[in-house]
Amino acid sequence: MVTSSSLVYLIALPLFGAITLLLAGRRADKWGHLLGTAMSASSFGVGLYQLSQMLSRPTEERAIGQKLFTWIDVASFQVDAGLLLDQLSICFVLLITGVGTLIHIYSISYMSHDENRRRFFAYLNLFIAAMLLLVLGDSYLTLYVGWEGVGLASYLLIGFWNQKPAYATASKKAFVMNRIGDMGLSFAIMIAFATLGTVSFAGVKEASEGASETALTAIGIMLLVAAAGKSAQFPLQAWLGDAMAGPTPVSALIHAATMVTAGVYLIVRSNFIFDAAPTAQLIVVIVGAITLLFGAVIGTAKDDIKKALAASTMSQIGYMVLCAGLGPAGYAFAIMHLLTHGFFKAGMFLGAGSVMHGMNDSVDMRRYGGLRKFMPITFITFGLGYLAIIGVPPFAGFYSKDLIIETAFNAGGFKGILLGSITLLGAVITAFYMTRVMILTFTSPKRWEEDQHPHESPFLMWFPMVILSIGSVTSGLLFYRGDALKNWLNPVFGDHGKDHYEEHLFEPIVVSAMALTAVAIGVGIAIMKYQLSEIDAVAPQNVSIFTRIARKDLLQDSFNESVFMRPGQVLTRLLVKGDENVVDGAVRGIGRTALGAGATLRRTQSGFARSYAALILIGAVALIAGIWVVTL
Amino acid sequence: MNPYNYLYVAGLLFTIGAIGVIVRRNAIVVFMCIELMLNAANLTLVTFSRINGTLEGQVTAFFTMVVAACEVVVGLAIIIAIYRSRRSASIDDASLLKR
Repeated sequence: MVTSSSLVYLIALPLFGAITLLLAGRRADKWGHLLGTAMSASSFGVGLYQLSQMLSRPTEERAIGQKLFTWIDVASFQVDAGLLLDQLSICFVLLITGVGTLIHIYSISYMSHDENRRRFFAYLNLFIAAMLLLVLGDSYLTLYVGWEGVGLASYLLIGFWNQKPAYATASKKAFVMNRIGDMGLSFAIMIAFATLGTVSFAGVKEASEGASETALTAIGIMLLVAAAGKSAQFPLQAWLGDAMAGPTPVSALIHAATMVTAGVYLIVRSNFIFDAAPTAQLIVVIVGAITLLFGAVIGTAKDDIKKALAASTMSQIGYMVLCAGLGPAGYAFAIMHLLTHGFFKAGMFLGAGSVMHGMNDSVDMRRYGGLRKFMPITFITFGLGYLAIIGVPPFAGFYSKDLIIETAFNAGGFKGILLGSITLLGAVITAFYMTRVMILTFTSPKRWEEDQHPHESPFLMWFPMVILSIGSVTSGLLFYRGDALKNWLNPVFGDHGKDHYEEHLFEPIVVSAMALTAVAIGVGIAIMKYQLSEIDAVAPQNVSIFTRIARKDLLQDSFNESVFMRPGQVLTRLLVKGDENVVDGAVRGIGRTALGAGATLRRTQSGFARSYAALILIGAVALIAGIWVVTL
Repeated sequence: MNPYNYLYVAGLLFTIGAIGVIVRRNAIVVFMCIELMLNAANLTLVTFSRINGTLEGQVTAFFTMVVAACEVVVGLAIIIAIYRSRRSASIDDASLLKR
């Protein structure tokens, strides 16, 4: 493999920004945001340079690596801290640094009234560095460091306004639920080392060819647990909605475009494991299918614009996970949807931030309405993202989602038909709830208070939105034309990445027609229900039980609370009681016995010489009597 | 004469001494009772020496007497010192170690 010494700058630049800003403290208040943005942008520059270098090399030499240092050197456990930049990582590098830089620019204006803006930029840079380490690591252990790093940055940023207890709780919830996933990743690494003897991607790939399927299935399932935690997939999805407590740029960057897609990256990167473990692959598909409907249903019931978008993110990542679970046929399309989703969802989140900016930070869509006139740029950019996510040609989401639906149908047999139907149903619901968001926010009559004065956001905020909306228009066609992205990624997935699905259940054009029909149905229902009828400014309470359950996030929190949290609390209380009564009781009991014995024995020390003499006499008599009895 | 009678006398003397030590309060009397018990022991030693026809018991009795003499010197000195400071020869008054 070609080695390069410049890979480390990708990570080092934002890391330098984060460390400088955190150490400089208040002294950096004046220029902190500029440094943060510059570091992110220069990392993007290095990424572009690497891409140009990569394009100039022949296909088989495109992947490059860099060994940083020998990390662990213990007997047979050898791990080098190394970086790997191949066709897959470069996609992520450009997405992370590109979208990241745009969001840095957006945040300069969005966070301008926050006195801790410098700290915000430090955390953003920390996130960029950790996320780059995650996608550039050449072993599972290096990836794990980045994995934990993004978890930390996510925690710090969700709880950025931790003066509000609810926000602090949300960050803690995200952190704790992510820990469950992290545990899965550490188990996967341990199993990989125990059975395959190595943890580097190349080593595991080589060793997996002769490994037992049981071991690979175990690794695959543990990797899926990790992916579910980080990517908010069923059953670890409950944290994402609450993570919206963070500032909106954070939601756009971390909880829509990049960090939450790390799970998809992990599955696609571990393609050699999943290809050899069909059971694990099937579970991946099931998790993806459940989450894609789960998120979509929650999305229909949310009145909080950010939470509606968060539910949509969950659902869209469900699409990616499902597609990644379909094996070599799906990996490239999962990544394609990931990239296009990165553009349009980040753009829509920034749009939501722009709307909040103009509406005194209100997030209740039932209090919006008619904002099209007041925020034309936000309306247009958000609208382009909207057309992209529901999948209207020629916008980005059409191509990527269409390919996923097609791949699902081609999975073969009953499974294919079922998965295809689920993805189509997901498309209907997506079209419905996104149209609902559009109508409630922009096109319906105004429902806001008199003291609100909606206005367009400043240049620094709408400029990134415009760039991202251009991405959400063009990226799909760009990746799709001549199978560009698929051919680009093929070397990563080995030889079996080529033409895998021999049989087409439906012709691509038929699938497109069905997908478009699904979109039309969804949009139609939403228009009938919201555009053509009155919308209540307060969510109606006399609704069906299904709406109520959907509003409560399909009872995900109630389930977690009743199944894990309350029994956990009971267990803790029991353990505390056991500790107090049994362990502490034993310790205190020993002390009390010694004290009591001392107090009793002390009475014999009366200080009267005659009683001592009497005791000596009694003792002597008893001794002699004893000897006499024994020897008799 | 039956040598066992000496043993009975010695037992009697020892008992009187022991009861005296426990019952009496006057330090001098207690001291005398201790001497009585020592001499009871001496008498037993000499008697057994006689019964067995050996000399070890009689020699030991001399040692006991020497030790008893030393003990009397030290003991009386202590009793007089206590009497001087506390104006009392009662053994129960000298129970200061308790506190």
